[in-house]
Amino acid sequence: MTEPGAPVPLPYRRGEVEERLGSDWAEILRTAFHWMLRARALDARMQALQRQGRIGFYGASTGQEAVNVAAGLVGRPEDWIASGLREQLVALVRGHDLTTYVHHLFADALDPALGRNMPCHPTAREVHYLAMSSVIGTQISHAVGLARAAQYRHDPSVTLAFFGDGATSSNDFHAGLNFAGVWKAPVVFCCTNNQWAISIPVERQTAAPSLAIKASAYGLPGRQVDGTDFVAAYAELRRAIEQARRGEGPSLLEFILYRMTPHSTSDDPTRYQPPDWTSRARAHDPVDRLRSWLSAEGLTSPAEEADWTADADAQVRGAVERAEATPLPPPDSLFRDTVSRGGG
Amino acid sequence: MTELTLVQAVNRGLAEAMRQDADVLLLGEDIGTNGGVFRATEGLQKEFGAERVIDTPLSECGIVGTAIGMALYGLKPVAEIQFLDFIYPAFDQIVSELSKFRYRSGGQYPCHVVVRAPYGGGIRGGLYHSQSTEAFFCHTAGLKVVIPSTPADAKGLLLTAIHDEDPVMFLEPKRIYRSVTGEVPDGDYRIPFGKARIAREGTDLTLVAYGAMMVPTLAAAERLAEDGLSAEVIDLRTLVPLDEAALLASVEKTGRLVIVHEAARTAGFGAEIAALVAEKALYSLKAPILRVTGYDTPFPYALEHLYLPSEERILDAARQVGRTG
Repeated sequence: MTEPGAPVPLPYRRGEVEERLGSDWAEILRTAFHWMLRARALDARMQALQRQGRIGFYGASTGQEAVNVAAGLVGRPEDWIASGLREQLVALVRGHDLTTYVHHLFADALDPALGRNMPCHPTAREVHYLAMSSVIGTQISHAVGLARAAQYRHDPSVTLAFFGDGATSSNDFHAGLNFAGVWKAPVVFCCTNNQWAISIPVERQTAAPSLAIKASAYGLPGRQVDGTDFVAAYAELRRAIEQARRGEGPSLLEFILYRMTPHSTSDDPTRYQPPDWTSRARAHDPVDRLRSWLSAEGLTSPAEEADWTADADAQVRGAVERAEATPLPPPDSLFRDTVSRGGG
Repeated sequence: MTELTLVQAVNRGLAEAMRQDADVLLLGEDIGTNGGVFRATEGLQKEFGAERVIDTPLSECGIVGTAIGMALYGLKPVAEIQFLDFIYPAFDQIVSELSKFRYRSGGQYPCHVVVRAPYGGGIRGGLYHSQSTEAFFCHTAGLKVVIPSTPADAKGLLLTAIHDEDPVMFLEPKRIYRSVTGEVPDGDYRIPFGKARIAREGTDLTLVAYGAMMVPTLAAAERLAEDGLSAEVIDLRTLVPLDEAALLASVEKTGRLVIVHEAARTAGFGAEIAALVAEKALYSLKAPILRVTGYDTPFPYALEHLYLPSEERILDAARQVGRTG
């Protein structure tokens, strides 16, 4: 019996983890834990800065770190990421520079997209990470097209399409999964079901008994995965990616998650979430779950964690300092990278 | 040179681009084994294979959405929407994604998809096979909007579109797919965007049109000549980018302007042309600018001949401005 507030334990003995992750399992887990701490430091700092009015918006990935870090670590450089709102961490784990990302959050002159997007909409082609819009679901079809293009060029890359539970109601979820099924496109559909589409709980999003089951309507395998269990997320992603790479077609993974923050900095979840939601979610905190397991195995220590966190926070603070010293993008950048010949 | 219909010229343009560049591929409904409902892609799947001429499931948002993904990867997809009237499921992909990808990624992700769609009335197509809604796309920054009216232009503009770095809406006047024929150069040639075609030179008034409306507009100009009125006829060819210089030069010469389009009047592209001329050439005008357009009603079936601008309606407007000033 778990004590109240304690994380739900990861259900593995050491040998079972090795079986799932391979011989370098300990290194993978420690790297993952390190990345999760970096992500927490970033989310905490950015949410605070948003509250202080220093950045305009922030969509935290708190609670989703296991899936994001697994996706960042498990793929190959040539694989592609079509993200939703909470997968910027995948780009960072794949090698996108933190300082560049913070320039993006500040929408300044050193943002690669010249401050054109709200925060948390980065672009990072160098790590094959697409630039997302704020429209729900549209990236699902893009992922399928990318995968089809790779197929056409005989390039063994696989595309990961991320989207939330709400997006399973969108046109592009249907179109994307349907096209991918017909084309046997090398895509892994990653549904991050954090159980809330802003205020609508997943049981009012669909009458289907799960989101994973929707895959069967398109002739694809679908599977539910404990998305706050890093070991499961990593192993299932790897299985699905390798299956797609072997030409065996796309699949849908439904990661069961618990949204641990408001939808965004513009949201007040006390209007719609039950009062005990936060404590339930906290029991599934992916960082706590991994920490508990690693501590019990003697693979991390409070001192090391404190060092890692302090180091991550210092890096974020350094990047923030540089961003705050950077001017706005130049006015003429308004007219670059598009058809526009003026107006106004 | 070969004598071709407009739809054959589209077909030759696609084939030419595909022969030159293995990154060009086509996708759409019924375009492969069936060759397209208008036969624009006839024979192409046979020549280039089912991997390059892709028959898709029936979903416009899927067609444009996956075409965007292919373009992000680096291919040059040409998506066919069977009728412009059916493009709305893809409107989100076009307006939210296609038009903005290059901009929002700071140029990291150019998104050069060509979306081909037959448009316009006069084929007994009723409400849903007849509309002319180019203004939606002209209003969306980030898209180029091309409407050919001759076979030679159709091929040359299409080749330019396929090699452009920006997304292009390539709207084909289906009413004249087969009724208009002309000499089309063989091989590769490109007609630049933003260059209008002076279809007929004149001195007394300017008639501006594009697409299928060139037919009644040129016929009206012929009749006006019999009345002693010399009409200059401009075929815009590309609405975005617009050849402002040609338009203004003509109006400065003639002092009279009639704009013809089959789209509904309110907020149609004619309003943009009228505003532009009012802003930049008002003092050259000797008469009010008139528009001859479709009505502000849904597109009809039995009475489409009344809805579409006719030679007579264009003549009425031209004579009205011709008498003024």
